[in-house]
Amino acid sequence: MKKQLLSTLLCASMVAGTLACAGTVFADEAAAEGPVLNIQCWNEEFKSRLTDHYPGYEEVDATHGKIGDVEVVWTITPSDDNAYQNNLDTILPENEGAEDPVDLFLVEADYALKYVNSEVEVTEKVADLGLTEDELANQYQYTKDVVTDANGDLRGVSWQGCPGLLIYNREAAKEVLGTDDPAEVQEFVKDWDTFNETAAKLKEAGYNAVSTVNDTYRVYANNTTSKWVDDEGKINIDPNIEKWVQDSKALVDAGETTTNELWSDDWNKGFYPDGKVFAYFGPAWLINFCMAADTEGSIANQGGWGACVGPQGFYWGGTWICAAKGTDNPTLVADIMRQLTTNEEIMTDIVKADNDFVNNKPAMEAAAQDDSYAFAVLGGQNPLGLFCEGCEKIDLSNLSNYDQGCTEEFQNAMKNYFDGNMSYEEAVDQFYKAVVEKYPELTY
Amino acid sequence: MGKKKSKVVQYNRWGYIFMIPFLVTYLIFQLIPLITTVYNSFFENYRSGLKQIGPNFIGFQNYATIFGNPDLWKYFGNTMIMWIAGFIPQIFFSLLLGAWFTDTSLRLKGQRFWKTVIYLPNLIMASAFAMLFFTLFGDSGPINSMLTSMGIVSAPIKFLSQTGTARGLVAFMNFIMWFGNTTILLMAGMMGIDPSLFEAAQVDGATATQVFWKITLPLLRPILVYTMITSLIGGLQMFDVPQILTNGTGDPARNTMTLIMYLNKHLFSKNFGLAGALSVFLFIVTGILSLIVFKITVRKEK
Repeated sequence: MKKQLLSTLLCASMVAGTLACAGTVFADEAAAEGPVLNIQCWNEEFKSRLTDHYPGYEEVDATHGKIGDVEVVWTITPSDDNAYQNNLDTILPENEGAEDPVDLFLVEADYALKYVNSEVEVTEKVADLGLTEDELANQYQYTKDVVTDANGDLRGVSWQGCPGLLIYNREAAKEVLGTDDPAEVQEFVKDWDTFNETAAKLKEAGYNAVSTVNDTYRVYANNTTSKWVDDEGKINIDPNIEKWVQDSKALVDAGETTTNELWSDDWNKGFYPDGKVFAYFGPAWLINFCMAADTEGSIANQGGWGACVGPQGFYWGGTWICAAKGTDNPTLVADIMRQLTTNEEIMTDIVKADNDFVNNKPAMEAAAQDDSYAFAVLGGQNPLGLFCEGCEKIDLSNLSNYDQGCTEEFQNAMKNYFDGNMSYEEAVDQFYKAVVEKYPELTY
Repeated sequence: MGKKKSKVVQYNRWGYIFMIPFLVTYLIFQLIPLITTVYNSFFENYRSGLKQIGPNFIGFQNYATIFGNPDLWKYFGNTMIMWIAGFIPQIFFSLLLGAWFTDTSLRLKGQRFWKTVIYLPNLIMASAFAMLFFTLFGDSGPINSMLTSMGIVSAPIKFLSQTGTARGLVAFMNFIMWFGNTTILLMAGMMGIDPSLFEAAQVDGATATQVFWKITLPLLRPILVYTMITSLIGGLQMFDVPQILTNGTGDPARNTMTLIMYLNKHLFSKNFGLAGALSVFLFIVTGILSLIVFKITVRKEK
């Protein structure tokens, strides 16, 4: 290891000495810091962003890349059953001073606070990396709130905004509602009561309103007035979550949706015309990344979706880039953050190439007026205006450290209630037990 | 005289040397983990996110928590129900096939082929097998589309959302996976029975059924005991099949949650204390049950 470091250093200094070329200065600096950039993430999304849009990134193979002289190593751990977080939890506290430290890791809103506010500091302050407030001024405030610690220090940045929309099947809308115009469809789904009435109409025509009950979960869960876990460590179920249970039970009993899990094959069926699903709820990444747009015959492939605001505003997911405490590549990490989250040119490229919604307020507001940003999967509709509007409404004051575990277990437990295997009280009881198994320090 | 004695001693020494690999392996991978498990069960020791809590010595508190949870007996019941539901057809078909394969008067053709075929399911990884069943029996899986298109059912059966079918699937998979193995074992036992006994029975005019009940079964007892104990231990440790089939939830209503799946839940938060206590409980239960099976089946022989 030491030898390798030494030789890399020697090489780097030699290159710098002989060439002294302006373009390589940055690469040299980074090479002087650490030969390997270790990245922890849970899927391919960030990797493809870096590959496609970061200047100078070369792909070597599925888990390796190169930026200048620095080798990039990707460690991808799926987030199912908290595997990704458990992995981080073991590595990060011992990262400082480790031989081959993690340099950069990604977090989601569901658990960002855990790493931002941890007792053992595991993330670098963004200011310490050299990114100034001015540079970040164009980013949406909520994306900063998620990763701001208790002392007000920013500890991560995101290139995307994830306000969600109701994404409806235009064919179904025309057939049942008589229109596929976003503004008119919105009238049929403007609040939950209206939405549920529309669901009944859709049922008569053979459509499920949503693919599964879990589709609407985020929408209810983002409009809560209390946290999953209160300050005393007691588990709490918010009234709006209870409303989700009641509304969903009614939909299931009426045969207007299913109890399948998100991401399952049964959930995916609605991406195709034969799946007979009216709507999905999701942000830009769901539309561009998950709805089988590349598969022949899918609705997305034919541009058959439309987007409107839906019953309530919500957000889903979003990926934040954090620098791990103990990184030996701070300059490179800072540059990745700067390029992907503040460079307007790269960001608008991301919108055009990947139909993502990026974290740059003025650029997005301008793009919302520009027809060249229309999404093919949405049949030429430009949803950026709706996303911009959604971004302003996102409220993250009720996040807690336990959101992912609670969400997962709540959906698992309620499935029993929806399927008729348990009463509501029994399902709640099972939820409590499952959460305490995961987080033994909590009470109920 | 002296020389002869030393030769005997030397042979004994070889015996010990041959035992070393087993002893070392057993010590490292069985005995030490066993002792540390018991040791760990007296500590409060888990992780909450980035925080490590413990290890703090808390005596028998973990055991109190484990036994204070009424669900423990539910999970124990689930495990036993699914094991028995799989074991009964397993032992039935194994005995039947074993008797057929070893019966020389039947002169079955292609024996080798069929023996291989029935053993094959055991070669598939349990998780892959469970994944296959998960897909096959999904709400819109091939089994349901077959049943609906053939008009047997009008709406798809939600196999994994109903207690009976979900447990049934687990039992069925365990049966399919293990009956080949048991058949081979029982056949070995049956072939070890002195053929002259069968011939004598036939000369005396015994029917095939009588031969089976009066000769094969009693003489097969040692092997049967062995099969039952190993299957029981395997059954109590049932994990991979229901875990994968239900995505770790043990649904519906945790009615397919086995003891080891429950144990696994504690490992999520690296809760070694509670998990250790549960393991010790499982160890004791396995010991007692094995002893009971052993006593019942061996006593009659005297």
